[in-house]
Amino acid sequence: MITEQEVIGLNGDEAVAYAAKQCKVDVVAAYPITPQTIIVEKFSEYVANGEVETEFITVESEHSALSACVGASAVGARVFTATAANGLALMHEIVYVASGLRLPIVMVVVNRALSSPINIHCDHGDSMAERDAGWIQIYTEDAQEAYDTVIQGFRIAEDERVLLPVMVMLDGFFISHTLQNVFVLPDETVKKFVGEKRNVPEIEIMGKRVKLKLDPSFPLTIGPLALYDYYHEIKRGQAEAINSSMEIIKKVHDEYSRVSGRKYGDGVLDSYKLEDAEIAIVCIGSAAGTVKSVVNEVREEGLKAGCLRIRVFRPFPADEIRRILSGIPVIGVLDRSLSFGGMGGPLQYEIKVSMYDEPKRPLIMNYAYGLGGRDLPPGTVKKIFYELNKLKGKQKPKETFKFIDVRE
Amino acid sequence: MKRGWKQIPIAAVSWINSTEYKTGSWRSFRPIVDYEKCIKCMQCWVYCPDLAIKWNGEEINVDYDYCKGCGICSEECPVGAIKMVKEV
Repeated sequence: MITEQEVIGLNGDEAVAYAAKQCKVDVVAAYPITPQTIIVEKFSEYVANGEVETEFITVESEHSALSACVGASAVGARVFTATAANGLALMHEIVYVASGLRLPIVMVVVNRALSSPINIHCDHGDSMAERDAGWIQIYTEDAQEAYDTVIQGFRIAEDERVLLPVMVMLDGFFISHTLQNVFVLPDETVKKFVGEKRNVPEIEIMGKRVKLKLDPSFPLTIGPLALYDYYHEIKRGQAEAINSSMEIIKKVHDEYSRVSGRKYGDGVLDSYKLEDAEIAIVCIGSAAGTVKSVVNEVREEGLKAGCLRIRVFRPFPADEIRRILSGIPVIGVLDRSLSFGGMGGPLQYEIKVSMYDEPKRPLIMNYAYGLGGRDLPPGTVKKIFYELNKLKGKQKPKETFKFIDVRE
Repeated sequence: MKRGWKQIPIAAVSWINSTEYKTGSWRSFRPIVDYEKCIKCMQCWVYCPDLAIKWNGEEINVDYDYCKGCGICSEECPVGAIKMVKEV
């Protein structure tokens, strides 16, 4: 049954902080960085006002912030943090530790371009650099989805079959600082959905069932040394964990949509007018809103256009993408980050690899857009759709990767 | 038989107690005690970083399961009673 909900005006960051408050997190360790600052600022307000019982750890850097989160999560706490760009880059070492130790931390990354030159605006270079780190990565399209995804994030991360950290992304400024009417669930409903306390699973050690956490009553070695004799096997197990999390991500999304009445595609991919499409744009994040609106515009002009927004980037939904995109002859992939010296943007790699085994491979174009917060206006999207349309039935052009809206 | 990936507890948690890690296998030099020379001053016992020198009430013994062969005992022995011999 869909719960009755209050509507409040919140920007993306405030919506995230509100969700974290409702999820009754035990520990927050964070360091402020634009455009994420409002999240921890707002949350520390909740702490100061006594609205939450959270232990808020102020730290001297992001490396310490995530390290403190790792420690807190290892004793069984529900842990939340948020960061962006250079902050996430400073966390890099610990990002891998959190997933390797299978700690269900939820971290919001407000996407911002990496230095240098220093920039505070949106692109996806920061979180894309962590795509191989073993975290579940979910990209949102607006403040409402950011709110909903943080709540889903705790359920996904803490699920006994998953036990992995979850990174929730929202576009810096486009979402983080833009006011939106956000439907919020009642506190009780969220509490029921995520559970009042984190459920720490049991594992078998030396013939005993013990809680997987640091506890003096049964000490465990968490974070041991493992060399060539075991590291390989341990990583094999970790790969299995993230791959099999896909079903749980969908289930949690479905269950949440029954409570909230909100759905984001199937929870993994958000397809828009792709059923009869001949051209499609694949993208991530807030750009999808613009692309969907242009789809409607160019459809009125006779183009059979559609949009596929990738919500879950890790684990990558290759099978679902194959099913949805097969039969569409021309695809344009929008990348809001670069892979310097590579053959295009990171999203394009994933899409191309997903489509490689198709008997009729589509023509895939790749566009780098919006670096450092450069806007993606509808006119640009329209130009791309017309270019894709012109390529129908044509040979692959010499260059399939290009920067759009760039001054020569 | 070493465990396969399906038999390893998640999160790489160690499935044995730390006393079962026989770190003595790391050793390339083995301390040998000359009991004729030993004056039971216990300096080796004090300095051993791995608590691998044991006292049984009568004499010292090296616990070769944990002695990593660092040679500190031999260095500190005031009467030269501990020789480091290459492991074969």
